Amino acid sequence: MLRIKDLSVAVEGKEIIHDINLTIQTGETHVLFGPNGAGKSTLLMAIMGFPKYQVTKGSISFRDRDITGLSVDERARLGIGISFQRPPVVRGVKTRDMVSACLKGHGDRETIEKLAERADLQEFLERDINYGFSGGEIKRSELMQLLAQRPELTLLDEPESGVDLVNIALIGELMNDLLEKNCPIAERRCMGLIITHTGHILDYVNARTGYVMCDGTIGCVGDPHEMLATIREKGYNECIKCYLGRIPLHE
Amino acid sequence: MSKIKTSKTFKDKAKAAENKAATYGDDIDLNNYVNPDEKHPYQKDPSQLAAQTKEIMLGAGIMLDDPGQRSATYLQMDNTPVHFSTRQDGVEVMAVSQALEKYDWLTDYFWKAVAIDSDKYTANVELNNNDGYFIRSLPGQKTVYPVQACLYMAQAKAIQNVHNIIIAEEGSELHIITGCATGSRDEPGLHIGVSEFFIKKGAKVTFTMIHNWNPEIAVRPRTVTIVEEGGLFLSNYLLMKPVNSLQMYPTARCNGKKATVRYNSILVAGKGTNLDVGSRVFLNAENSRTEIISRAITTGGNITARGYIEGNARDVKGHLECRGLILGEKGTIYAIPELKGNLAGIDLSHEAAVGKIAEEEVEYLMARGLTKDEATAAIVRGFLRVDIEGLPPMLSAELKKAVEASEKEVM
Repeated sequence: MLRIKDLSVAVEGKEIIHDINLTIQTGETHVLFGPNGAGKSTLLMAIMGFPKYQVTKGSISFRDRDITGLSVDERARLGIGISFQRPPVVRGVKTRDMVSACLKGHGDRETIEKLAERADLQEFLERDINYGFSGGEIKRSELMQLLAQRPELTLLDEPESGVDLVNIALIGELMNDLLEKNCPIAERRCMGLIITHTGHILDYVNARTGYVMCDGTIGCVGDPHEMLATIREKGYNECIKCYLGRIPLHE
Repeated sequence: MSKIKTSKTFKDKAKAAENKAATYGDDIDLNNYVNPDEKHPYQKDPSQLAAQTKEIMLGAGIMLDDPGQRSATYLQMDNTPVHFSTRQDGVEVMAVSQALEKYDWLTDYFWKAVAIDSDKYTANVELNNNDGYFIRSLPGQKTVYPVQACLYMAQAKAIQNVHNIIIAEEGSELHIITGCATGSRDEPGLHIGVSEFFIKKGAKVTFTMIHNWNPEIAVRPRTVTIVEEGGLFLSNYLLMKPVNSLQMYPTARCNGKKATVRYNSILVAGKGTNLDVGSRVFLNAENSRTEIISRAITTGGNITARGYIEGNARDVKGHLECRGLILGEKGTIYAIPELKGNLAGIDLSHEAAVGKIAEEEVEYLMARGLTKDEATAAIVRGFLRVDIEGLPPMLSAELKKAVEASEKEVM
């Protein structure tokens, strides 16, 4: 279980998200909607523990443990994984090395090659990670690494952005594997938190809980498909208006 | 080399350049060093050398106990050749002094690639007692295993004068690993190494040089390679151990059509190490090609990383890549990539970058579960990893091993 309590996060001294409360039960996948600049990525980065994202208030617990003070790698080893929207190129570090690091010695050459085959990245294993990768290749590479890492909580930042229609089905398939969507609900242990700007990914990955984030807070909680229908029809402005109407004291 | 039939002009030219400072690098006062007086005995079986000496040589890639993966061996201590032997047909390896006795024509190759009056260092080699290796692959002969050669400095405060001649005859293939090392870990000394490479039509030479000096040694190699039509010269240079002052600017002249030259250098400079290292290629014939790649890391030392490509013929192509990483608080990397084109129809390019390890990259790896130290190590390892096209897999693996062996000291 992931429990976020009264969480405020600042970047370079400026508070970006305010008093967020959110709980993901074991086996659940939740979706974050919101316009650009709402603070969605900041929330994900703070959950992963990147030092630039400073928790100024509140706490994050994972598997009944307060992880607010843990470093990125400690959180990763505890079972949190993230798919970067724009991961850096690391020259000289091969894709194979990254997958191997994610496997932490639990996989041989064959395991790595099988994963690459699933992500349709066989030709990329000997290439420097992310060097000259297209948008879709980056997404698939991120998911391949996560499939090697097998985190209990997967944070996905716009997994469908920059991906064409052919690739999006494959990406959906890899995500479903990662989030154990093919397991019976009762047996699922993996959790997911997905940022989506367009909502396209919902056609491929099922989720029962959605949030709309505006101005660094969670405006509303509900069924993600319903939310998406509203957003598509009326745009985020309507969401913001509705949200502002409900909380008149908001600055 | 008593029997050397050098013309008087050589000596005269050298005399005239006796005090000529080099264009680059600190000017070394040769009077601070002596000419080695010690003569070392010839070793018929080099595995009988002292264990410590063998270990130092091994650190420079020279295997004496198990030379099964070498086609020939040459060892020189100070100015004395102490061993040379060949295990494979098609390649000749001996002291230059001996080769001069064997081949009258060899004098034609002397100071043909390197100018005798380049500077006081080349002059010093000519004017004083010197020897070096003669390595020659016979026409059409391809050696599988590399020739190994070690230039070892035994006497303290001495000058090691070396003059090497390497000839790859037409259509031959030759791989050389050369290691330079010192017996003492803290005594000063000066190594001057003149190397003249002749790569004939369609021949291929890979030359891997590993330096393993000590923090008091000054080093002035002077190397020029002449590549004829369709020839290939692939040079890999590895310096990851401390040295006081090292300046070299090995140069290749692609004089034949479709000649190809690649230089790869990996340089690491700790505190007290001063390196001025570059590679220079003249593309003098149509369709000749070159690629110069260097990786420099400072953990407190100073590195000047040079590169120069000059295009003098139609349809030549050259690329220069120079990347530097500053680890720690101090240290300087000065990258100087230069290109000169003298006519239309040439294609020369360069890229250079100097900086620290990007935080973003470290965090990316940490998000996959690596600790900060593991992530940093993986990035440094990646930085030092240069995939060398055309290097036989065995040599590639050895080079990788040598880099990995020294990585710990970098971290």
